[in-house]
Amino acid sequence: MSPTLAAVLLIGIFVLAAALTWLGLGLARRAKRLEEAEPPPPGQPGVDGHGGPTAVAAPPAAAPPAPGLRDRLGKTRAALARSLGALTGRRAIDDEAWDSVEEALLVADVGVATTSRLLDELRARAATERVEDPEQLVGLLRAQIVQDLSGRDRSLHHAGDGPTVWLFVGVNGTGKTTTIAKLARREIDDGRPALMAAADTFRAAAADQLAHWADRVGADVVRGQEGADPGSVVFDAVDAAGGRGAGVVLVDTAGRMHTKVNLMEELKKIRRIAERRPGALQEVLLVIDATTGQNGLTQARQFADAVDVSGVVLTKLDGTAKGGIVLAIEADLGIPVKLIGIGEAPEDLVPFDPEDFTTALFA
Amino acid sequence: MFDSLADRFDGIFQRLRGRGRLSDKDIDEVAREIRVALLEADVNVTVVKSFINRVKERARGAEVTKSLSPAQQVIKIVHEELVNTLGGETGKLAMSSKPPTVVMLVGLQGSGKTTAAGKLARHLVGDGRKPLLVGADLQRPAAVEQLRVLGGRIDVPVFSEPTDPVKVARGALKEADRTGRNVVVLDTAGRLQIDDALMAELRRVRDKVGPHDTLLVVDAMTGQEAVNVAESFDHEIGLDGVILTKIDGDARGGAALSVKEVVGKPILFAGTGEKLDDFEPFHPDRMASRILGMGDVLTLIEKAEAAFDEKEAAKAEKKLRKGQFTLEDFLDQMQQVRKMGPLQNLVGMMPGLPKEARQAEVDESQLGRIEAIIRSMTPEERRNPTIINGSRRLRIARGSGTSTQDVNGMLKQFKMVQQMMRSMSKGKMPRLPVPGP
Repeated sequence: MSPTLAAVLLIGIFVLAAALTWLGLGLARRAKRLEEAEPPPPGQPGVDGHGGPTAVAAPPAAAPPAPGLRDRLGKTRAALARSLGALTGRRAIDDEAWDSVEEALLVADVGVATTSRLLDELRARAATERVEDPEQLVGLLRAQIVQDLSGRDRSLHHAGDGPTVWLFVGVNGTGKTTTIAKLARREIDDGRPALMAAADTFRAAAADQLAHWADRVGADVVRGQEGADPGSVVFDAVDAAGGRGAGVVLVDTAGRMHTKVNLMEELKKIRRIAERRPGALQEVLLVIDATTGQNGLTQARQFADAVDVSGVVLTKLDGTAKGGIVLAIEADLGIPVKLIGIGEAPEDLVPFDPEDFTTALFA
Repeated sequence: MFDSLADRFDGIFQRLRGRGRLSDKDIDEVAREIRVALLEADVNVTVVKSFINRVKERARGAEVTKSLSPAQQVIKIVHEELVNTLGGETGKLAMSSKPPTVVMLVGLQGSGKTTAAGKLARHLVGDGRKPLLVGADLQRPAAVEQLRVLGGRIDVPVFSEPTDPVKVARGALKEADRTGRNVVVLDTAGRLQIDDALMAELRRVRDKVGPHDTLLVVDAMTGQEAVNVAESFDHEIGLDGVILTKIDGDARGGAALSVKEVVGKPILFAGTGEKLDDFEPFHPDRMASRILGMGDVLTLIEKAEAAFDEKEAAKAEKKLRKGQFTLEDFLDQMQQVRKMGPLQNLVGMMPGLPKEARQAEVDESQLGRIEAIIRSMTPEERRNPTIINGSRRLRIARGSGTSTQDVNGMLKQFKMVQQMMRSMSKGKMPRLPVPGP
C-alpha cells in the first residue's frame, strides 16, 4: 500500500474513533442529565386523551377526504401526466420543454446525476442535428438511452458440466423468493431440474414460503432449521445437486440491508461456499424492487463490492413504478439488468429488453 | 456520496456575506440547490415544487440575523419547514373506547407489513394492551406461518383461517371478543395500488371490520412512486397514518416527505432493524436532517452508542489524553468503529469533516491488513513497539502475510499518530458541532 494513503487512512480512523468516543460519551452524559432533569412524561392520560375523541369519529370509510387534500391529489396526478405531454403542440424547444424532459426522467427515478448527464448529451445532440421540434426530443432521448443500454450480455449462464449455482441477493422485501420460484419454473420447462436452497434461515417462515413454491413448480428444496447457518444449507444443496448430475441450484438468501457489516460478511461466506465446486457458481443476481429510489445505486454498489454481482433482476415493474435507477446502475457500475418481473405468474419474469424498458420509462 | 446541502450553500453564500436581507435572486439560487438535495433524497418532483415554494415564501420575509450566517439561516428555515411538514402526533394510535380497536396494515408487496404487524403487536404489549395478530394475507405463500412464528416469539395469539380475507377479518373480531383481546392487528396481503380487484377486496375487509387505524406501510427506500402509492391507498381505502419501514439502511428517505404531503396524516412509527423491538415512534426532526443530508449526526451518535461501551470509551479517552494510546487500544477502537458499518458511510455522516475527506474512498481491505499486522504482534510488542527489532519484524510480516516494509510503515505512522494525538489532547481536540438537545 502506498505509505501516504495508509497514513491518511490510519489518522482518519484514529480521529474518527477518538471523535466518536468523545461524541458518544458527551451524548450519553447529556442524555443522562436530561433524564434526571425531566420527570417522565405521563403516558396513559395522553393516550386516552388522544383516543377519546378519535374513537367517537366515524370509521374512515365513511369520512370523505378533505377537499383540499383531494385537490392536491388531483394536481399531483395531473402534473405527472403532464410532464411529457407538455411537449406536444409546443412550437420551439424552450426552457419549459427542457424542464418537462427533465421532470419525466426524475419522476422515473433516474436520479439527478444521470438525468443531468442525459440532458447534456441530449442538448448537444439536438444542437448538432438541428432538432427544432420539441416532440422529436423524446425520440432522441429514447434512442440515446437504448444506445446506453445496448451491447451488454444479459443472458443467464449455465455451467459447462455439473450443476449450475445461481445466488440471489438483495435488501428485504424485493422479491427474491418469488423470483426464484419463477426462474425455477422456467428452468424446469427448459428440461433442467431445479433445486432451491432455502438459505434464508432468518426471516420467519421464509423456508416455508420457498417450499410452497417448490411444490407448486415441481422443484426440489433443501432447507435447514430456522436460525441455522445459511452456509450449511448452501453446502448441502450444492452437495445434493452434485449427486444428481446437471441442473440448477437456486440459492435464496435472507434479505439484508447493505449497511449491515455482519450480514454482508455472512453473504460473502455464502458465496464462497456456493463456489465450492469450481465453475458451478455462474450468476449472482441482485434483486431490486422497481419502486426503489436513489438508494438502489448504493445497494448495487455495496452488494457488488461484497459478492461481485453479475446481474440485476428488476421486480415489480407491473405497477406504475419505472425503475429508472437501473440506468445509473448500468452506467456507473456496469452491472446489466438481466430479468424483469412484470406480474405474479411464473411467465411474468422475462428477459430485460432495452427498447421496451425505455418505452415504458416514459409511458 | 452526495454533497451535503451545507456544502452546496457554502459556495453560494460566499458572495452574500455582509448583506442585510436575502434578495429574490439569492433565494432562487438557493432554492435550486434545495431542489437537487430533495430530489437526490427521493422526494417526489411535484412535492419538491410545492415544498420549495413554501420555503421561498418564508425565506423572503426573513431578516438576516447576526447569529446565523445566511447559509445557516436558510438551512434552518428548510429544516424547520421539513420538521413541520413531517411532524404531527407520532407514536400514537387512535384507540377505540369500545374494544377491540382494529388496526389494519396495508401496502405494496415487500414493504414490510407482516414484520411491522409483529413489531406493532410487541409495542402494544409493552403499552399494556392485549393484541391479537390476524393473518389476512392469504396470497403470499407462508405469510400466515410467518405471522404465527412472530406471534409465538412475543407471546401474542395469531388468528387466521384458510378462507378469504373478509371472512378472516370477521372471524377475528369474534375471536378477539371471545378471548378478551383489546387490539386487533390485521395484516393484509401486499397489493399494487392499481390492482382494482385486490383494492376492492381491501375495501370489503375495511367495511367489514371498520378499522380505527388504517396504516399504510411504506419502505423508506421508495422512490418517486411513493406519491402514487400513498395517493391511491388514501383515495381508495382511506388512511389514518403511516408506518415507515427499513429506515436502518442508508436511504435518505424522501419518501417520508412525499407520503406525508399527499396523505396529510402522521407518520406514526418507524421500523429500525431486524429485531422485533426495532420499532419506535417516528422522529420528524431526525428524518428532516436525514433527508437534507446534513451529516446525520443523530444516527451517528446512535450507532456510536450502540457500538461503544461507555466505560471502555471513558478509559480510551483517558489514555488518549495521557498519550498512552497503544496499538492494542488502537485495535479495539478500530474494531468498534468497524462494528458501526462501512467506514465510507460513517465518514459520510461525520459533520464538520472537509468535503475531500468525506468523499475519499475508504478501502476496507487496507484496514484488514493493519489489523493483521497488529494481531501478529505479541501483547508485549503491542504495548511497547520500540522493542520490535529485525527478527521480530520479519516474524510479524510473515504472520500477517505482509512485508517488513508494510510493518515498518505501519509502525512509523502509528508513532506519528501518537504524537498528533498527544498534541491534540493538550486541549486542542477538534471541536465537533454537536446538535442542541
